Amino acid sequence: MSAPTQTKPRTIVPFGPQHPVLPEPIHLDLVLEDEKVVDAIPTIGFVHRGLEKLCEKHDFHKMTQVAERVCGICSFMHGMGYCQAIETVMGIEVPARALFLRTFWAELSRVHSHLLWLGLIADAFGFESLFMHSWRVREKILDIIEETSGGRVIFGSCKIGGIRRDVADDILRRIRRELDPIETEFRDIASVFDQDPTAKRRLRGLGALSREDAHALGAVGPTARGSGIDFDARKLGYAAYPQLEFEPVVETAGDCQARCSVRIREIHQSFDLLRQAIDKMPAGAIEVPVKGNPNGEYMSRLEQPRGEVGYYVKGDGKKNLGRFRVRTPTFANIPALIHMLKGCEFADVPVIVLTIDPCISCAER
Amino acid sequence: MTTVQSIEPVGPSEMPARAAAMRASGWRLMQICATAVGPDFEILYSFAKGRDLQNFRATVPREGARLPSITGPYLCAFLYENEIHDLFGVAFDGLAIDFGGSLLKTRVKNPFAANATPA
Repeated sequence: MSAPTQTKPRTIVPFGPQHPVLPEPIHLDLVLEDEKVVDAIPTIGFVHRGLEKLCEKHDFHKMTQVAERVCGICSFMHGMGYCQAIETVMGIEVPARALFLRTFWAELSRVHSHLLWLGLIADAFGFESLFMHSWRVREKILDIIEETSGGRVIFGSCKIGGIRRDVADDILRRIRRELDPIETEFRDIASVFDQDPTAKRRLRGLGALSREDAHALGAVGPTARGSGIDFDARKLGYAAYPQLEFEPVVETAGDCQARCSVRIREIHQSFDLLRQAIDKMPAGAIEVPVKGNPNGEYMSRLEQPRGEVGYYVKGDGKKNLGRFRVRTPTFANIPALIHMLKGCEFADVPVIVLTIDPCISCAER
Repeated sequence: MTTVQSIEPVGPSEMPARAAAMRASGWRLMQICATAVGPDFEILYSFAKGRDLQNFRATVPREGARLPSITGPYLCAFLYENEIHDLFGVAFDGLAIDFGGSLLKTRVKNPFAANATPA
């Protein structure tokens, strides 16, 4: 006679929508056996804004401003991705200088977003001074963004057909010189994430995601590249990236440490891309006139700090679009997050959640 | 209308088989979205492999809009399909994780469909 199967009692613990590690609302019902998470059920949509629907009210030029307001961290890239989609539909050839300056601002956005994340993850695993140092360096990047675009959150610099403002070459050369000491300061911080025993203990081996699972679950960005997927949408050849030399940053461990390492290496890569963009900055116009209305459809893709983002636009020759759709990286990474959480300890949930760098503002566009 | 990207029309019932074939060929589900066009909803499925993007479009009438889920081959499709259900009111048969209309908390029911009514 076989013994009856023993099943551990299960407890459901709500995580969020308000939680100390979550600046924005997402809810997870964590199914626990003792302290082990056996399942996680997500709920989003607490602050869904319906921005996509505004394309039916605003003309397609004004939608650039709406696209920028999808998110306050990667705002510039949202505007840029939207403009790229419209420019492709309308067959607009953007001047080379505008493409280089778009790349310049996009890489500044990546650096400040990754530094923001490094601070948040340090705070989540209890290393408060590391959090403050990460944000101190980020502040210097925000100063450059403010000086060149006029804004620290919303740049307002991208427009269909080019960009709204030029940056003088002497300012760009000075910024290039300033990048070296900023990167040196960052290198000191990065070494703590890489080598400090406290950081390692809270990140290594945690929230593992295999390459196969990352692919099957549609993961993107550092979440996917931390699991060995060699895909970076910048390699699709938009903006000035075809003229710049870089290779996707890939780690293979698939754990929280790997996702952290990808972001640290990508910051160094962005500093390099910024220098390349400034060195190769062509002279010339920054915009071309836009005539007519979009008549067609296109899915534009680009690489945001959190991963590949898609912008689908569809117009029928009127000034208003019929559809504007944004597939954000956080939305794509939620299934992978649920997979990572299964089997982890309850106390590790906040750190694992943060390693996909969730941006609920993006997901709730 | 000028189409500047390849989009292959498919019958709604064909999508699970198409999705299974894409999965077997190593394609990643990039996104699913719906568009309200006249009396129909267009459901656009995008699959990515490296630099390539392959799109399929299924068209269903708005009235009683319903089509089969592709969560069999692509479990991650559950988020897109629940989102489309909540925003447009399109039902997906065989949805692996069905939130029953509670994924997104919107003030009106199916706000992206025509004639959205208070929930």
